[in-house]
Amino acid sequence: MTATRARRLNAIGLIITVITVFCAIIWAFPLYWAVVSSLKPEHEVVRPYIELWPETFTVSHYVFALTETEIGRWYVNSILTAIAVTVLTVSSSLFCGYAISQLNFPFRNVLWWLILASFMVPVQTLIVNHFELVAGLGLINTWSGIVLPQLIHPVIIIVYKQFFDGVPKDFREAAVMDNASEWRILTKVYIPMNWGVTTALSIVCFIWSWNSFLWPFLAVTKTDMMTITVGITQVNDAFGVYYARQLTAAVLAGLPVAVAYLIFQRRVTEAITLSAGIKG
Amino acid sequence: MMLRNRRNEALFALALIAPFVAIYGLVFVYPTIRLFMISLTDAPLIGHGNFVGFDNYARLSSDRRFGTAVWNTAYFVLITVVPGTLVAFAIALGVNRLAGRLQAAILALFFLPYILPVSVVYLLWDWTLNFQFGIAMYLFDMLGIARIPLFKSTAWFMPAVGIITIWWTAGFSILLFLAGLRTIPTEIYEAAALDNAGRWSTFRRITWPLMWPITALVLTIQLISQLKIFDQVYLFSVGGRPNDNVVLVYYVFQRAFQSDQGGRAAAVAVVLFVIVIVVSVLNFQLTRLSGGRDR
Repeated sequence: MTATRARRLNAIGLIITVITVFCAIIWAFPLYWAVVSSLKPEHEVVRPYIELWPETFTVSHYVFALTETEIGRWYVNSILTAIAVTVLTVSSSLFCGYAISQLNFPFRNVLWWLILASFMVPVQTLIVNHFELVAGLGLINTWSGIVLPQLIHPVIIIVYKQFFDGVPKDFREAAVMDNASEWRILTKVYIPMNWGVTTALSIVCFIWSWNSFLWPFLAVTKTDMMTITVGITQVNDAFGVYYARQLTAAVLAGLPVAVAYLIFQRRVTEAITLSAGIKG
Repeated sequence: MMLRNRRNEALFALALIAPFVAIYGLVFVYPTIRLFMISLTDAPLIGHGNFVGFDNYARLSSDRRFGTAVWNTAYFVLITVVPGTLVAFAIALGVNRLAGRLQAAILALFFLPYILPVSVVYLLWDWTLNFQFGIAMYLFDMLGIARIPLFKSTAWFMPAVGIITIWWTAGFSILLFLAGLRTIPTEIYEAAALDNAGRWSTFRRITWPLMWPITALVLTIQLISQLKIFDQVYLFSVGGRPNDNVVLVYYVFQRAFQSDQGGRAAAVAVVLFVIVIVVSVLNFQLTRLSGGRDR
């Protein structure tokens, strides 16, 4: 009796597993379809039926995108601005989170509450004023102009503070006993202890910045200063109505972040759950 | 000696917070104050304007496009937040059953879209749903449904962009649900199995109530992020009917960057600002209340 019941449950379980796998394949199909289409000659792409595999493989669209368009330049813009955003945001947040967690200084609680409150503020509503600020500084169409308003990620400070709070006080007291300077305590004890979090937060910060659209879209009017995320949607003349070329541009823009995710899958997952306030 | 140490500590702390405080003041506090100030003037995008009191706000009540923007934003929230959360929950339940490499691979397939930039998502779906050559349209043909130019029709625009948004962002919610599911102790399920509890009652009595805090969290995060929608709506509107599809952030953009009316744009932005803050605070209070009841 129980044996048949167990077998029936197993059968249902198997069906659910099959459905899950099937849904995952359908879910990711548009990604596959874009990659495959970008490897087909244009005349195959617009054939009025579904071909899951190219008849003739070609990388000509990739050669075209990398040599005849500004994509190379956009890559440089994206990489440099994303690195700048990541380094500045993560380091300033690490220092600030450490100070709030471990040190006594005037207005500490005020600062902490301000950071928590700013977590709620929608940055999108500040576009007019960010533009006014960046234009006032003469930074429209510059890397600094793209970077500046992206430097607010209060959540990174919040995560750091939680982590530093979790370090047992003994470490600090032992270091103070050894007459270590505050700077040494931070760089030799606390930072090495939290390398994992720092890597994880840096990777997602880079991905966020690479993917950001609204601000880089407003901050740049010259095509040669665009980030790749903005460029591939704004410069249609570069690609024309060649669908394969547009998809090639999409693949090239998505590739770095997709690869970063696949390599650092665990770290990315960790940082994203942390940033939502869940301890992984 | 002790006193000097304490002063040193404070000085060191101030040096550590200085970079962040400087950035925070420049790109956060100052723009926020300016936002409220400009909303009371008739300033262009760049340059000074005259003080006009609450005129910009008063005009919103008779502004038809503002009405459209409010309605579209609410509609978008309605079609994405709850359905997106349910889809993510269902997927997370399915993925949670798997183990090892298979689980990692399947999770990656569901999660990959979330990691991509919005413009890639746009190009991908613009191609998949292309009226002439899109693969989805062949499916429509096979099913005997007439082809629809989804992004050119006002009725279909929001649902289509909504479904694409669910596809794009579900990965994030799936991760949160999975993290939650993993914290449920297996002993509870073993006890339920001993009691001969069926699959459905196990879900109803154990999984669902234990997952409720995470579900509430996902719903809130989704709600707040969908209120701020702009990118997808803007991209899919190009060449279509932007004025019918306008959402709140999009309207701020139009007023500021297309009509050069910084003051009127700021007033719209303030409305959204207040909505998001109110929703966040309400949510914070609600979770605190329900948390108190549980304890």
